[in-house]
Amino acid sequence: MAPKELADFITENQTETRRGFLSAIIYTLGALISLALAAPAALYLLIPPRSRKESGWVDAGDLGQFQPGQPQELTFRHIRVDGWKMRSEKATAWVVKLSNNQVVAFSPWCTHLGCAYHWDNAKRDFECPCHSSVFAINGQVLSGPAPRPLDRYEVKLERSRLWLGPVQKSEETES
Amino acid sequence: MARAGPEIRGNRVVRKTRRTILDWFDHRTGLETAIRNFFYEEIPSSSGWHQVFGSVALFLFLVQAFTGILLAFNYAPTPGDAYNSLKYIITEVTAGRLVHGLHHWGASMMIAVVVIHMIQVFLFGAYKKPREATWMVGIILLLLTLAYGLTGYLLPWDNRAYWGTVVSTQIALNVPLLGPYLGRLAAAENNIGVVTFARFFGLHVMILPPLTTLLIVWHVYLVRRHGVAPLADDVRPPKKFYPVQVMKDVVAIFVAFAILYVMALVVKVPLERLADPTDTSYIPRPDWYFLFLFQALKFFKGSLEPVGSILLPTLAILALILIPFVDRGTLRRVTQRTTAIGIVGLAALGWTALTVAAIKTTPKSPQELAENLAAPAAWSGLSPAELAGVGYFRQENCSACHNLTDGGPKPGPNLADIGKRKDAKWMIGHFKDPSQVVPGTSMPPIPLSDAQLNGLAAFLLKLKPENAEALATAPAIAVQGAQIYQDRNCGTCHVVNGVGVKLGPALNGLANRRTQDWVEKHFVNPQALSPGTIMPAFPFSSDEMKAIVSYLFSVPKG
Repeated sequence: MAPKELADFITENQTETRRGFLSAIIYTLGALISLALAAPAALYLLIPPRSRKESGWVDAGDLGQFQPGQPQELTFRHIRVDGWKMRSEKATAWVVKLSNNQVVAFSPWCTHLGCAYHWDNAKRDFECPCHSSVFAINGQVLSGPAPRPLDRYEVKLERSRLWLGPVQKSEETES
Repeated sequence: MARAGPEIRGNRVVRKTRRTILDWFDHRTGLETAIRNFFYEEIPSSSGWHQVFGSVALFLFLVQAFTGILLAFNYAPTPGDAYNSLKYIITEVTAGRLVHGLHHWGASMMIAVVVIHMIQVFLFGAYKKPREATWMVGIILLLLTLAYGLTGYLLPWDNRAYWGTVVSTQIALNVPLLGPYLGRLAAAENNIGVVTFARFFGLHVMILPPLTTLLIVWHVYLVRRHGVAPLADDVRPPKKFYPVQVMKDVVAIFVAFAILYVMALVVKVPLERLADPTDTSYIPRPDWYFLFLFQALKFFKGSLEPVGSILLPTLAILALILIPFVDRGTLRRVTQRTTAIGIVGLAALGWTALTVAAIKTTPKSPQELAENLAAPAAWSGLSPAELAGVGYFRQENCSACHNLTDGGPKPGPNLADIGKRKDAKWMIGHFKDPSQVVPGTSMPPIPLSDAQLNGLAAFLLKLKPENAEALATAPAIAVQGAQIYQDRNCGTCHVVNGVGVKLGPALNGLANRRTQDWVEKHFVNPQALSPGTIMPAFPFSSDEMKAIVSYLFSVPKG
């Protein structure tokens, strides 16, 4: 190469490197800023907030009011943390007393899509009005689209008082 | 130069395919051409670091929009709920404190950067023909930025927000002729209330953002149409916007963002008590960027007041808008624009003097005065449990629904004589499950431990109409100290104001016996200072230490 061409080649290459260097700065800083904004936004929207203590167990009434083997709809009050609010709310459970020291309390929502089901005393099963899921008195699915048995409240018996705890999700039934 | 080996030929194929795909998209969307046109715009070769502020301001606007939308996802725009939901964002939502901090400090920073941007354009005379309209749109954007500050100030609905807005709406009401209509528009003729709040929120999130976006687009379009203003003696051929100037803009944006981020992480955003229209002790002050106006207002008394509050600011804005038509000479170098430099210097001097004067003349609030724990007050006779109860009363925001002294109507009953009407057992049952004790009440259950509820009840039992105010104004630091005292069960070994067990020394009069330094060291390592003592060590954080020591030194000699 002639000296002139060589000099041109070098400056051209230098501006090329310089351009690359500047672009690298732009992309790096841009990426840092985007990350610094996207990360807290993701945490903010996706990680559940630090929730306040919810009162775990609720005294739901005297055991004497339930007939053995007869499901009964029970309404009680519990405290619910709802965002920035704490409120005392009505809640429902379907209570089945098996004996004086064994009680089952079902969550009142169908495990299919959350509709409220009811007890059909004639057929002696729980029936969901939405998509016709049918559950046995022990919560097992008899027919319909429900994927798993009824969810149950944790239950505690204390001197003939019934205490209800948090709802436990039931296991998926294998079929 | 290099021989075309298989590798390079492969690269060429990749490049060609990529080109074809990009062309296909560009042909249909025009996106690549648009980006190319934007970044390969020709700018004067004299462009440089002095012109980065516009980009920084635009970036900060985007940060405000981004964080503002995030806040809106967890915020309830009605008085009361606004405060509670904001508190929820700050204390419970993951990264909520950071998002709120970015929005709060970003607002201040945006105002600062917009003003710096304006000063730069002014000093360099970049508003001259044909760029008059660019300048005027810019002034409107400055006013919009201030309007965000004014309306956003109310949205936390704490005492600061409430009282600051009382003053600003009163100023609007005093505008000659238009005042009543402005008052009606802001729904603030009589009192600030839920409707005022809705109007301010609507302005802040529904009107200002689209208006600002529109004007920013116009502003940037005008900059492009007339080209970036060159320096006076620039004769060299133009260069491209990318990459040199883009790099400078991005570096400036990064520096601003880093400062903002650190502020949002480190500096706590003040969230005061819930707005209390009956609080006669509150001293309202505007945010720092309005302090100079606030101070200037003091020079105009009586009927002259609208001169300071309305006439002068209006004239100043008009003068700003008309600058390009007054200063019409040929462009000169910055260093030769002595008048412009003089004006900026004088304005900066005046602004600083007024702001400093405003800060210096701000009296200490009664709460701060009480924090100077010299004089014994009614609250200092309370037992630790009772004083801690004051803290739970504040913490749980009971004053949102209950008055302790005379005041405007609130949903719950006045509690000044509650001690005469109810007993501790009733209160605690009521705290735990309000609707069980008072059917149909809208009071929420209070999520505190039994010991804490006992403290709250103990405080309420002490209340009488005569002492309610004196008790309720107990300084925050002493209250916090009493809460620590309770949480750590200090009362199982010590006596304060006659309450507790006399296993260890009584703590009344501690201030006379020991120095603050001694007490602090003693907490950290009791054995070192009192060998053989059975007192366990309490390695408090510095905030806790300050609170507990201030509290112990505030109890009377006994």
